[in-house]
Amino acid sequence: MFPAPFEYHRAGSVKEALSMLRQFGDDAKLLAGGHSLVPMMKMRLATPAHLIDIGSVRELSGIREEGGKIVIGAATTHAQVETSDLVRRKLGLLAECAALIGDVQVRNRGTLGGSLAHADPAADYPAAVLALDGEVSLESESGARTVKADDFFIDLMTTAAQPGEIVTAVRFTPPAPAAGYAYLKHRQPASGFALVGIAALVTLDGKGNFQSVRVGVTGLCAKAFRAKAVESALAGKGRDAIAQAAAHVTDGADALSDIHASSEFRSELARVYTRRALEQALARAKS
Amino acid sequence: MPVIPKFVGERIKRREDPRLVSGTGTYVDDVKLVGMVSAMILRSPYPHAKIISIDVGKARAADGVVAVLTGEDLRGKIGSVPCVAPAERVPFHPVLALGKVRFVGEPVAVVVASNPYKAQDALDLLDVDYDPLDAVVDPEKAFDKDAPVIHEEFGTNLCMRSEVPNPQVDEAMRKADKVIKFRLVNQRLAPAPMEPRGVVAQWHPGLKQLTLWSSTQIPHLLRSQLAEMLKLGENHIRVIAPEVGGGFGCKLNVYPEEALVAYLAMTLNRPVKWIERRRENLAATTHGRDQITYLEVAAKKDGEVLGVKASFVCDMGAYLHLLTPAIPGFSGLMMTGCYKIPALAFEQKFAFTNKMSTDAYRGAGRPEAAYIAERVMDMVASEFGLDPADVRRKNFIPKEAFPAPTAGGLVYDSGDYNLALDKALAMVEYKKMRAEQEAARKQGRLIGIGISSYVEICGIGPSALLPPKLKGGGWESATVRIEPDSKVTVLTGISPHGQGQETTFAQLVADAFGIDIDDVVVVHGDTAQVQYGIGTFGSRGTTVGGPALMLTVQKLQDKMKKIASTMMEVPPDQLIFTERTIAMASDPSRSIPLQQVVDAAYGYKMPIPGVEPGLEEKTFYEPSACTFPFGTHVAVVEVDPETGVVKFLKYVAVDDCGKIISPLLVDGQVHGGIAQGIAQALYEEVVYDENGQLVTASLMDYAVPKADMLPHFDCANTITPSPVNMLGVKGVGEAGTIGSTPCAVNAVLDALKPFGIRHLDMPLKPEKIWNALRNAKKA
Ligand SMILES: Cc1cc2nc3c(=O)[nH]c(=O)nc-3n(C[C@H](O)[C@H](O)[C@H](O)COP(=O)(O)OP(=O)(O)OC[C@H]3O[C@@H](n4cnc5c(N)ncnc54)[C@H](O)[C@@H]3O)c2cc1C
Repeated sequence: MFPAPFEYHRAGSVKEALSMLRQFGDDAKLLAGGHSLVPMMKMRLATPAHLIDIGSVRELSGIREEGGKIVIGAATTHAQVETSDLVRRKLGLLAECAALIGDVQVRNRGTLGGSLAHADPAADYPAAVLALDGEVSLESESGARTVKADDFFIDLMTTAAQPGEIVTAVRFTPPAPAAGYAYLKHRQPASGFALVGIAALVTLDGKGNFQSVRVGVTGLCAKAFRAKAVESALAGKGRDAIAQAAAHVTDGADALSDIHASSEFRSELARVYTRRALEQALARAKS
Repeated sequence: MPVIPKFVGERIKRREDPRLVSGTGTYVDDVKLVGMVSAMILRSPYPHAKIISIDVGKARAADGVVAVLTGEDLRGKIGSVPCVAPAERVPFHPVLALGKVRFVGEPVAVVVASNPYKAQDALDLLDVDYDPLDAVVDPEKAFDKDAPVIHEEFGTNLCMRSEVPNPQVDEAMRKADKVIKFRLVNQRLAPAPMEPRGVVAQWHPGLKQLTLWSSTQIPHLLRSQLAEMLKLGENHIRVIAPEVGGGFGCKLNVYPEEALVAYLAMTLNRPVKWIERRRENLAATTHGRDQITYLEVAAKKDGEVLGVKASFVCDMGAYLHLLTPAIPGFSGLMMTGCYKIPALAFEQKFAFTNKMSTDAYRGAGRPEAAYIAERVMDMVASEFGLDPADVRRKNFIPKEAFPAPTAGGLVYDSGDYNLALDKALAMVEYKKMRAEQEAARKQGRLIGIGISSYVEICGIGPSALLPPKLKGGGWESATVRIEPDSKVTVLTGISPHGQGQETTFAQLVADAFGIDIDDVVVVHGDTAQVQYGIGTFGSRGTTVGGPALMLTVQKLQDKMKKIASTMMEVPPDQLIFTERTIAMASDPSRSIPLQQVVDAAYGYKMPIPGVEPGLEEKTFYEPSACTFPFGTHVAVVEVDPETGVVKFLKYVAVDDCGKIISPLLVDGQVHGGIAQGIAQALYEEVVYDENGQLVTASLMDYAVPKADMLPHFDCANTITPSPVNMLGVKGVGEAGTIGSTPCAVNAVLDALKPFGIRHLDMPLKPEKIWNALRNAKKA
């Protein structure tokens, strides 16, 4: 468990980090919490020659409200998200999700930006960020841009972030206070990651039927995705429709298979957890 | 003067913990020596392959590299990794592979460099040309005609076949109302101690003395074996087992790395350190269990079991480690459990496969046996529609029958199996839970109640019961020294590594001499300080090491009483030790301070006839028989019918380990044991794929249980002293593991009973349960 030689650089600002990224090119990796990257380096599955530590870049860390949106800096730790009063009040789903990541040590080190950038197919955050319709802010030397969560996850450990780009923050429009939500996770027994994780966010109309439904799915496939078939099957419908709609979570899904769960079982877990997450979200929602 | 409390039987905290939890303990990796270099091992990526060539050129030339060695470099220099247990076919087990690799993780070459980073860099430069061969993975297929042969010299993968026949079994089958047949698997497990293995070796060329620090459970036995492998005198080797972060049986062994690192230190003339990495630990530290059992159970309608016939296939792995072929014997002999089953016959076939060797893992044969016995009881209950508690009662060896000879040829020392069962059932509110289970079933909820009444074997002795080739026996040693300031030093031959004898032994000694527990220091794990001892395994530390200690204490007490007697003019047999004095039993006000007696012994200004100066005694204690701890565990679980997830509603453990010296430590041992036992039932499994690749190669895939995967444990004890030793103790290091696995499995299967699901093999993972339910619903 000894990484290959590398040079360590500490960036003081996003600007400095970006210029280091340009300078070292493909030989460089950003280091945030190090809780995905360092294990890979120790196994020599990753051998970057340069590490650019963005963990202490002030502007990348912290949670603030900005023009009705909640902005969470990329280097904000899972623990900060989990315990933030603001997040708990306005983005309950994200706090609930953060609380189920790894253990205390992991949550004290790992960061939101790192988790999204790493795009592990079993990571928890992507499901919640998809359900909350988060926007990922990216910055490179040629400027800043925003990518919706829906467009951010491309494939297994592949995102829309380009070489030379840094995830700087994730922006959320808080759901209506009456919205209901739930993040449910079936832990892989060894790693604790999500064998399947389902994030559901719902609002109800005056009659108590679903007005809007957003379901984020992680663990099932090579990348996290929104279960649009579930969402549309529920529009305008009530509780009775949940069971049938939830079954659509696996529509067109190419489910993963490993010693912890076959694709068949993962699919079943996804269906059951989707139903339960929707039921729980519904129970928490106010019309 | 403050009154000195009594310590034995009190819930006192472990004296070893402050240093361990504050990071001031010394583990092997904390040993740092001047000029020390790092060794790192290249391991086989193939389960079975010929080594065509190894190109070491680039590695040797790499920055910081001190040496690179392969198996060929060691040919004839280091003896075989030893197996002391009897087997028909014992292959030569090289320290580094010779010509062929036989399992994923087998050591192929070693790099020594200035630090582990450089060593790893150089390791990546080694170029090995392999010619892959087909692998034997499934032990049941190892004996097929077309199976690849792992050790060519044998022409077969059969390591040994053993048989304990019994013609009465056939008669039992004839008399039975029903012969129940089924197959059980005790899956392969990785002991996964928190601290992996590690070795530091230092060679003193002038003295020709080797000092070896190793994370081992058996410093003296390791010294003996190393002496043989390295052709050194035992008096030229000092083995130190510093803090050992968990062993669970896997460090009751002698490993290639121990001899290799010693050899490197001797030939390079520099201290060498090797610290096992987690992936190495999972691949190349001995595994446990891996036994398949075919059972035929002769039973009567009323639940009485008349006989059991079993046929085992036991997976040895590629090579035999220290006790590999000895482990399954216990599974056979202990298979009748707490029950007066009159007839037992079994056959065992031991297979070589292209996997890591199996060997002792917490329980070593007894968890397998208890699993068999307790599944048998539940099978019988369910076959005849009986309550599983009643079936156990029907078959229990009654308490009047002890010492009780068993069908396996053992003699159980003492027991009261009903007592433990009744207590556990009362704690779990058995009747009420059965009623709740019924009600829940009607609502479609799957609640299950599982019982396991186990018995196990500890403190194995007399020595004749141990393998003839083992350097030591079943005995244990102790030295007790009262220092000139009347503080007490204990040198114990056991080598505790979590069991807590620095606490329990100090409790015993403090009470015996009427002194404070802080006046006692317990030294262990250093062959240069401690007389030859056997070590800590098989729950023998207190069971065998305890009497060795107390016999020694008695010798010292006798001597001190003799001295005090002449000083006080009171006959020695009227004297007792209390409050740092030696006093008259009938009138404790007539006393003399302990220190005065110690002064008399060391100062010796007034010679006492027949009494030598000094205060130090030693005992090598040979136990007369084994002890048999027992107990009943009961679990209540709920299975999620949609996902197959198992949730514990209650877990009750009643363990009887004879007399209790330290209740808190007993609870601690039971807690850890239950955690590992439940893990076998529900989570853990070493997985090799069909080609022999190790799939569970890291803790990302090997499911060691975490606290949140375990229930609250409700623990209690019954106390049935053992008659075979002066302390009345039986051992408790493995009890939790042995009792819990069948308990959890029985509970889950009880929950699934309405679906006609008779048996599922461990681990009872959600998917397995989900599949079984799905198939049952289809049918
Ligand atoms: C024992 C353990 C258990 C875990 N359990 C879970 C779990 O249950 N659920 C879960 O979701 N995760 C789990 N994790 C992963 C953990 O959440 C990681 O911390 C997280 O996935 C990555 O965040 P990081 O800040 O540590 O990123 P790092 O490891 O520092 O970086 C990860 C990758 O992202 C890149 N990167 C980091 N920050 C940025 C940025 N701002 N912009 C662009 N690229 C960036 C890095 O270059 C690197 O390639 C676990 C980790 C461990 C060690």
